[in-house]
Amino acid sequence: MTHWLLVGIVALSASMGDALQTLGMKLHGEIHDFRPRALMGVAARLVRSWHLGLSLVLLGVSFAAFLLLLSVVDLSFAVPATAIEYLSTTLLARYLLGEKVNWQRWAGAGLVACGVVLLAL
Amino acid sequence: MSVGRLRLKTRILAVTVVVANVAGNFFLSLGLRHRGTVGLGSGAAWWETLANPWVFLGISALIVWMLSRLALLSWADLSWVVPITASGYALTALVGRMFLGEQISAARWCGILLITLGVLLVRSTAIRTTRGRHSGGTS
Repeated sequence: MTHWLLVGIVALSASMGDALQTLGMKLHGEIHDFRPRALMGVAARLVRSWHLGLSLVLLGVSFAAFLLLLSVVDLSFAVPATAIEYLSTTLLARYLLGEKVNWQRWAGAGLVACGVVLLAL
Repeated sequence: MSVGRLRLKTRILAVTVVVANVAGNFFLSLGLRHRGTVGLGSGAAWWETLANPWVFLGISALIVWMLSRLALLSWADLSWVVPITASGYALTALVGRMFLGEQISAARWCGILLITLGVLLVRSTAIRTTRGRHSGGTS
């Protein structure tokens, strides 16, 4: 039972981290200037974003939970099980970020998740 | 920015994200594969590992991966970016076969096929479905 709880923590915290990162970047605004000086300015603004700070904490939690998961199950179980993350991220993108997720995106995310499962076997 | 130009810029950045991720993992694997277990307690062992040119190259590529992904997320949908950049999994398997001599089983070939189909499906959808916010100048 513990390992399914860990799978849930890995997937949910990674998805939440990704969603917050996206929110932080959308609030910052589009980056179209890739000259070093402009990128330094972007970095200076981003380090003050609490969305990005919290997203890094959540991605850290996900990584720590994944390491814990690896201590109780094999890699061949851990990687396929956490592929559910592709669907939980799409769910959060739809309901938290308000993205329009059509059937192609749902099917695409599902196919990618199944593909990752097969790659890990 | 015109839709065509944004689409081209998105494609270039998406390819950068995928290639930097695959290159990062490949170089790290190359640098670490003959080292055995890295001694976590030994500072000297860590410095020695980081001084390895392949490891250094791998970490640099992963920094490029992280930054280019952030830039991509500044305008593209998360539900577009995540499946598209998952093509890195399939590419990593192919690079492992071509350059590291790793075997790809029938199940793994099926996985590569499913990921490719998923990427093609998502690629046919709009890059952004939410309202964008402009900043950072133009170039």
